[in-house]
Amino acid sequence: MDSAQPQVRSGKSVVIDPMTRIEGHMKVEAVVDGGLVKDARCRGTMFRGFERILSGRHPLDAVRIAQRVCGVCPTIHATASAFCLDEALGVADKIPDNGRLVRNLVLGSNYLQSHILHFFALSALDYADVTVLAGYEGDESELKTVKAFIDRGELAPFFPRYEGDYRCSKDENRLLIRNYLKALQVRRTAHEMLCVFGGKMPHNIDIVPGGVTSDVTADKIETFAGKLAQIRAFIEDVYIPSVLLVAGRYGDYFDIGAGCRRFLSYGAFNLDSASTDPVTRRRLLPAGVLDAGGKLSPVNIGGITEQVKYSYYDDSCASPPAEGSTWPKPEKAGAYSWLKAPRYEGAPTEVGPLARTMVGYAGGHPTIKADVDAALSATKLSGRKLPSVLGRHLARALEARRVCEAMAGWLDELKPGGPVAVEASIPQAGQGAGLVDGPRGALGHWIQIKDGRISLYQLVVPTTWNGSPRDAEGIPGPMEQALIGAPVKDADNPFEIARIIRSFDPCLACAVHMLTARGDTIGEYRIV
Amino acid sequence: MADTVEIPVVWLQGAACSGCAVSLLNSFSPGIDTVLLRELTPGKHVNLRFLMTVMAGQGQQVVRVLADTAKAKAAGYVLVMEGAIQLTHRMFATLGEEDHREVPISKWAADLARSAMAVVAAGTCAAFGGIPAGQPNPTGCVSIAELLAREGINTPVINIPGCPPHPDWLIGSLAAIMRRGLNSIEVDDIGRPKMFYGQLVHETCPRRADFDAGKFAKAFGQGGCLYELGCKGPVTYADCPKRMWNSGTNWCVGAGSPCHGCVEPDFPDRLSPLYKKIDEERLNLFRVGRAAAE
Repeated sequence: MDSAQPQVRSGKSVVIDPMTRIEGHMKVEAVVDGGLVKDARCRGTMFRGFERILSGRHPLDAVRIAQRVCGVCPTIHATASAFCLDEALGVADKIPDNGRLVRNLVLGSNYLQSHILHFFALSALDYADVTVLAGYEGDESELKTVKAFIDRGELAPFFPRYEGDYRCSKDENRLLIRNYLKALQVRRTAHEMLCVFGGKMPHNIDIVPGGVTSDVTADKIETFAGKLAQIRAFIEDVYIPSVLLVAGRYGDYFDIGAGCRRFLSYGAFNLDSASTDPVTRRRLLPAGVLDAGGKLSPVNIGGITEQVKYSYYDDSCASPPAEGSTWPKPEKAGAYSWLKAPRYEGAPTEVGPLARTMVGYAGGHPTIKADVDAALSATKLSGRKLPSVLGRHLARALEARRVCEAMAGWLDELKPGGPVAVEASIPQAGQGAGLVDGPRGALGHWIQIKDGRISLYQLVVPTTWNGSPRDAEGIPGPMEQALIGAPVKDADNPFEIARIIRSFDPCLACAVHMLTARGDTIGEYRIV
Repeated sequence: MADTVEIPVVWLQGAACSGCAVSLLNSFSPGIDTVLLRELTPGKHVNLRFLMTVMAGQGQQVVRVLADTAKAKAAGYVLVMEGAIQLTHRMFATLGEEDHREVPISKWAADLARSAMAVVAAGTCAAFGGIPAGQPNPTGCVSIAELLAREGINTPVINIPGCPPHPDWLIGSLAAIMRRGLNSIEVDDIGRPKMFYGQLVHETCPRRADFDAGKFAKAFGQGGCLYELGCKGPVTYADCPKRMWNSGTNWCVGAGSPCHGCVEPDFPDRLSPLYKKIDEERLNLFRVGRAAAE
């Protein structure tokens, strides 16, 4: 039997298409029986062929094109792309400190933007009930605006929605909605901060092979610092308390959505320019692999493979990513996703803020351990399991504070007027790998240059890890595993499934990509 | 309040990266909370029925919202299209199910455009094809205007290109449509509002004096005009130098990077290599051609 087909004969089929408040196009299918998810499939439903578009272009253009794979996380793609080009151009150990620090500050800005966006704009409406403001009689301007909006009677985009599990009190809901509106402003401030050096956002323009293009001036440092202080206050006073409020009301979500319990991090934010080894270089967020038994190991790059048995690609395409070649087969029997199935030493592996936190905690990283212990013991959460829906939200919020604090230090290290980039020339032939963790997890870019042009470009992206379909052994991907066994009280309002999926912060535009080595004509179809 | 007219807006995403939607969230004046909750123009409120990045609902309940909107008799809604439309295979982009079969986004785009009062092409992909339509265009991407032409749909399209478009360009155009109608917006020969895309970047660039004086940056991080580093400002129509980005904080040239011409139909292929100096012959052709068209 085809193991990608639902194995459970009884039960109710639940389809969520489209899955929203994520980036991109995703469909979730589940079989629910006896109030539990018996089987689940996550499907990427959009495909652009980015790696093919990169092939043949000038190597310097790779950063600008590759970052446009995603408008939510372009900065990490620009970073990984610059890293692989730094190596291919032979300048990886020559990046000036200003260049390294500005790269960190720009990437850090988008970490903060992304984490704040995720908890509030993308997730909060699963936990906070906007309708309580219909009866609002207070004086706060924002909340009066929401009440007037509700009174007009057209409630999009806040309706329709899944119903039946809003648990906060009236006051807590008001607080969360006020924080949701505040977060819309603060995430914009994070983009403004990024743009001080990054030029514009989305699709910042400053990160290039060899460093950055933006000069460092005292004026830019102070503009950046002013915005960072506002964001830091928001994270401390609003973001982390909001996550803890939700954690208090929805505590069972520390027991839901554990996933595969294997974690991978490449680490992020280079702390010096001299070391270039992707596994051992010093980074603020540590690299490592934590297996289900709690054993921590260094990352083995050779252990990464991509499988395609249940993906819409030719079966010959399973390979290590540096040699990846992929041929789309949209009619392939048994396939159900445009995502490939990356595996680490053969097994599905979760990436993202939770993975970084688990790896850092297991490795005794001092601030990660202190943060997590404090959050767990200062509340009633002790003994709860971090690998869970709420554990992912908590890990993300604590990481935002950690990154924010480091950014304040990097600003002090900048030297106004100092060099920001090293000149690099394009070789006739070369290759490089850029491995770094973005907001959503471990990201790899691989480049090969031939005759001064890009001959091969390959990406292995966080949501490809987390949202992957089954592998050749029929083992479900991390998000699928997080769904299987989860409770669903009402199959017509499967809010549990939506909360589990969103806790991973999926980004589908990034996750679906391919490279074809051959010409491609599948024929046009007519729109009915 | 009872007099507020609701203007339904559906924002559909095809071969896109969500960058245009995120740029919308970056709107500063008005802020996105104001856009969603208050009247955008006197007596009119944007009723954002569908935007996957922000709406509360999911699954069949939001597919129904799309289907009901497309069926509306009176053309009272605006379709905002983000991303290009993939035409090579129906499975390259799908959204929702009809009779247990995935519905191609190209079908949604055509169905929704057919009875819309206007189509706003948000971003360069929707306006001209953009990066997903870049060589060798692996999924057969076309712009929304091209899709409409192929399907014989006559709904007017306004192009708001940019990778991404500035939030002021999006909100400003939407507000102008709501206040005085689509026809009130003066557009250039490729459907872009002249109020935003009326001048070359080169004309208002603060480094123009460096160009005129022959002071050129030779490497990243240096001062001077970025022409030698591949700046496409001399062939790019946008008000970035005056408007600046992210609440007026900075812009590409302000960060020491050349303009890549991301609002132009030639982006990316005919403006590549992005860091290569545009040749003067092409520069002259472009300017003469553009001037003659106006």
